[in-house]
Amino acid sequence: MSVNLSKKQDLLEVRGLKEYFDINMGFFRTRPLKAVDDVSFTIRRGETLGLVGESGCGKTTVGRTILHLYKPTAGTVIYDGTEIKDSRSLKEFRKKATMVFQDPYSSLNPRMTVSDIVAEPLDVHHLYGSRKEREERVLELLSLVGLNSEHASRYAHEFSGGQRQRIGIARALAVDPEFIVCDEPVSALDVSIQAQVINMFDDLQDRLGLTYLFIAHDLLVVRHISDRIAVMYLGKMVELASADEIYRHPLHPYSQSLLSAVPMPDPKAARANKRIVLTGDIPSPLNAPSGCPFRTRCRFACERCAESMPPFEEVEKGHFVACHRIGEI
Amino acid sequence: MALLEVKDLHTSFFTDAGEVKAVDGVSFELDRGRVLGIVGESGSGKSVTAYSIMQILAPTGKIVGGSIRFDGQELIGADESHMRKVRGNRISIIFQDPMTSLNPTYTIGHQLKEAILLHTGRNKEEAKERALEMLTLVNVNEPLKRLKQYPFELSGGMRQRVMIAMALACEPDILIADEPTTALDVTIQAQILELMQDLQKKLGMAIIMITHDLGVVAQMCDEVIVMYAGAVCERGTADEIFYTPAHEYTKGLMRSIPRDENNGQRLKPITGTPIDLLNMPKGCPFAPRCENAMKICLTQRPGIMDLGGNHISACWMNYKESAAACAAPEGDKA
Repeated sequence: MSVNLSKKQDLLEVRGLKEYFDINMGFFRTRPLKAVDDVSFTIRRGETLGLVGESGCGKTTVGRTILHLYKPTAGTVIYDGTEIKDSRSLKEFRKKATMVFQDPYSSLNPRMTVSDIVAEPLDVHHLYGSRKEREERVLELLSLVGLNSEHASRYAHEFSGGQRQRIGIARALAVDPEFIVCDEPVSALDVSIQAQVINMFDDLQDRLGLTYLFIAHDLLVVRHISDRIAVMYLGKMVELASADEIYRHPLHPYSQSLLSAVPMPDPKAARANKRIVLTGDIPSPLNAPSGCPFRTRCRFACERCAESMPPFEEVEKGHFVACHRIGEI
Repeated sequence: MALLEVKDLHTSFFTDAGEVKAVDGVSFELDRGRVLGIVGESGSGKSVTAYSIMQILAPTGKIVGGSIRFDGQELIGADESHMRKVRGNRISIIFQDPMTSLNPTYTIGHQLKEAILLHTGRNKEEAKERALEMLTLVNVNEPLKRLKQYPFELSGGMRQRVMIAMALACEPDILIADEPTTALDVTIQAQILELMQDLQKKLGMAIIMITHDLGVVAQMCDEVIVMYAGAVCERGTADEIFYTPAHEYTKGLMRSIPRDENNGQRLKPITGTPIDLLNMPKGCPFAPRCENAMKICLTQRPGIMDLGGNHISACWMNYKESAAACAAPEGDKA
């Protein structure tokens, strides 16, 4: 395995990732839906990168395309110095990179016992020598996520949402991964349970040295768990910076309004908060505006914004923004 | 006299597995022009409380006790023709999911006019005008075109606006909003909440805001009820609930949400799993998950402790303070 020495700390690099889906428009006519359009970023070893945006902005597609659950239309994914390009590198990659899904109700097979669900990745990758070894590994994984041996022979429907999400996490941990894509792992859970699962993600990261791509739309949760945060809008990445930086000094007009729209769980702060309420809806990705995708809802849009997509540039150290008017507003 | 007085409401669902006490003794009052928030996790009975007020429970559900007085008149036991006059006319409801609560086979205009024709003496022409006026009020762009469109042609935020327009068409005294923004994105949520606040001021109606999002509560509500396992565990002004929570469950909720003060620190979650309503514990329903549970919590259900003002809590931890508040003269709270 070749390791890129200059950027040793980068575990995953995504370059110019594009994912277009063909949408049927009638007889033999298709149109591309640009779910993810030219997205580039890196994730350092041991860090949590939060990915936020509204529904339809392509954040889930980014997560799935990185794991090649969708074949990328263009662009490269480089993991630990190796480009994922053929089935061999992909199989190796999938032993190190796994996923936790959003919906703990539909992502577990109702006909399988918990122990079979958790052991499935072990079966696929032949990661045990004997049945006993498999069983021991399952119990180890269950205890890692706070479940015990009596849960192993039960079925998913016997568990509450929070417990199901733990089973999904145990499954993701089965191959002993380094990198986990967490796709809205807590949004289906109640507040009191959410905090338990967030803490578990934190603990597992400390114990196992995991790296997360944490996709969510709840900005308070993302801020809590992430080291850096990327903001997406209509398939494009518009801003990327450290979590605190994004919260204290968001530079892109979209990030600014997104953050001001978050209802603060604090009545005094809520009364004082000056919200920047966006008008209108998100355009359909099938009819994305020319140039900057946000210009139709942006307060600062000018002619230039309609002409070309602003480049994704580093304006301060570690703070990337894609906006034409960044120096002026 | 309060506009709406709910006293000791009990609603149960009779299932094959037994009686599920979804609402188990809920009391509150709502005055004209006030916004009341009801928070709680799924299964805590907040939606069932609202459906009981409207009497739109599923066939297995039944109001088994208590009283709901609206504008001086008892609603429990009232005949269906009376309820029809109240429902959609004086008390309206908007549901969580704007995708499924509009009829896909009728145009927006038809559905808007239906409520107006049913409840007001307007004729078809006037109803159409009123529908147009309502769509303009809720900031739907190109309202004339929307009247002829079907729900599938509208975005989620737009549909929720139509639902609000429909609910407000008859100028209700009370608007019940059952998780009105949960299915929406944050920027759209901000638009809808802003709209509701504007309309509330303009039309002077009262709102019951049912949600599990404490951020929405902080922004919208004057008063808050926290529910757990079908019962009210705490009630107070928004400031009391957020800054001086009394019930252990409320305190746990406040600790478990990520916010500015605990950024970078570990969250302190409420341990354990939500309660099974078929297997209710004998004492306080929250006791099995409560870190400060005492002996009495496991055996005896706490009554309502009065903490002064309008602040009440059902927690044994507040027993002392409550006794002090009762002893102290009115308005002088410790």
